[in-house]
Amino acid sequence: METVIAPVRDTAHTLETPLPPPGQQGVAKAPMTLEAPVTKELSDLSRDLIAVRDRRDREAFGRLFDHFAPRLKSMMLRGGLTDGSAEDVVQDVMLAVWHKAAQFDPHRADAAGWIYGIARNRRIDLARRKPLSQPEEMPDLPSLDPDAGQLLALQQEAHHLAAALARLAPEQAEALRAAYFDDIPHSRISEMTGLPLGTIKSRIRLGLDRLRHELRSIAP
Amino acid sequence: MTDIQHHISDDLLDNYRAGSLPHAFSVVVAAHLSLCDECRARHEARDMIGGALLEGTEVAPLGTDARARIMAALDTPAPAPAPRGSGVFPAPVMAELGGRPPRWRMLGGGIRQQILSADRSGSLRLLYIPPGKAVPEHGHRGLELTLVLQGSFADSEGAFRRGDVETAHDDINHQPIAGPGEPCICLAATDAPLRFHAMLPSLLQPIFRI
Repeated sequence: METVIAPVRDTAHTLETPLPPPGQQGVAKAPMTLEAPVTKELSDLSRDLIAVRDRRDREAFGRLFDHFAPRLKSMMLRGGLTDGSAEDVVQDVMLAVWHKAAQFDPHRADAAGWIYGIARNRRIDLARRKPLSQPEEMPDLPSLDPDAGQLLALQQEAHHLAAALARLAPEQAEALRAAYFDDIPHSRISEMTGLPLGTIKSRIRLGLDRLRHELRSIAP
Repeated sequence: MTDIQHHISDDLLDNYRAGSLPHAFSVVVAAHLSLCDECRARHEARDMIGGALLEGTEVAPLGTDARARIMAALDTPAPAPAPRGSGVFPAPVMAELGGRPPRWRMLGGGIRQQILSADRSGSLRLLYIPPGKAVPEHGHRGLELTLVLQGSFADSEGAFRRGDVETAHDDINHQPIAGPGEPCICLAATDAPLRFHAMLPSLLQPIFRI
């Protein structure tokens, strides 16, 4: 893989589409050492989520709820739920956050990305006859041996991702929002906008390329 | 870390995430994500985008009792954990197997299969192919995804090992042959019945459900 957004670990995020074989290339690993305690690298929200994970900290959970619940409700309302249903789904999602917190790994996601993933699955399952088949949970908890460089890289990545999204051309930003926040299939986006499917796909592709380019420029 | 060479496309990944794939295909994607660090990272990167957009979205005020409700719910027991993978079968395949080992049915020539699901949206099955044996030549209507769980197979599209996914559209007319060594076990999903050109008369298709 040539491009890995957080370049410290070869399983970090990537927006790169894998090349067809024989496309294997070495992964550049940037060694980093930090003196500061690793929790300093984390956002307050990720730290609260770790407090929930490790200590079942209800105050920290309350702060997560106060922050995320109104945003999750907004996400569900965008998806067409009524006010009451949206509130119920928010309850389900946040309860799942509480129960699944043991799986949160700050090397792989920030709190917002991880909670978003839970909300995405919950919203999808509401619309499906069978629950969506889920990948195996990650077996280990690397946080037992936190890697400060990886945590920092991920935090920076999350920070720059928001800025990079804000700088996208409006049509690319809209396409990415539809595809990766509202989780609307590309074909449906095409129907809703009246634009050809190829146009939608290319806007999403260009948007991802742009994000990848911007995040590459911050890589240590 | 892994030497997986054949991945899922962006289209499949995005459609999986949007919940718009037929069940059979979504299991193959979930199983590949269980085995492939690279695609797992692509999947998580998209969640990071979603998370960034969630952070920036407008807020919708909650009902006054919402916080009390959630805090009171925290003492409810956690739901049963998802089944874990076992042997060569990753968790999403074990979930389809109901947590039990496969119950193979003989197809002739040493080839075995177990149907995991079949309905109008497509079918999902496990195939067991002895080393060096050919899966009967077949064409497709629609799309077929084949994920190798053990051993390997090769056809005109290349060699496929554990974790590799072959994405075959209806224009591919291929003859996979299991590699030497271990029997090849793969997870195959289609959105249409296969059309076999040899070995099995097409009339038998409904009987064998392939």
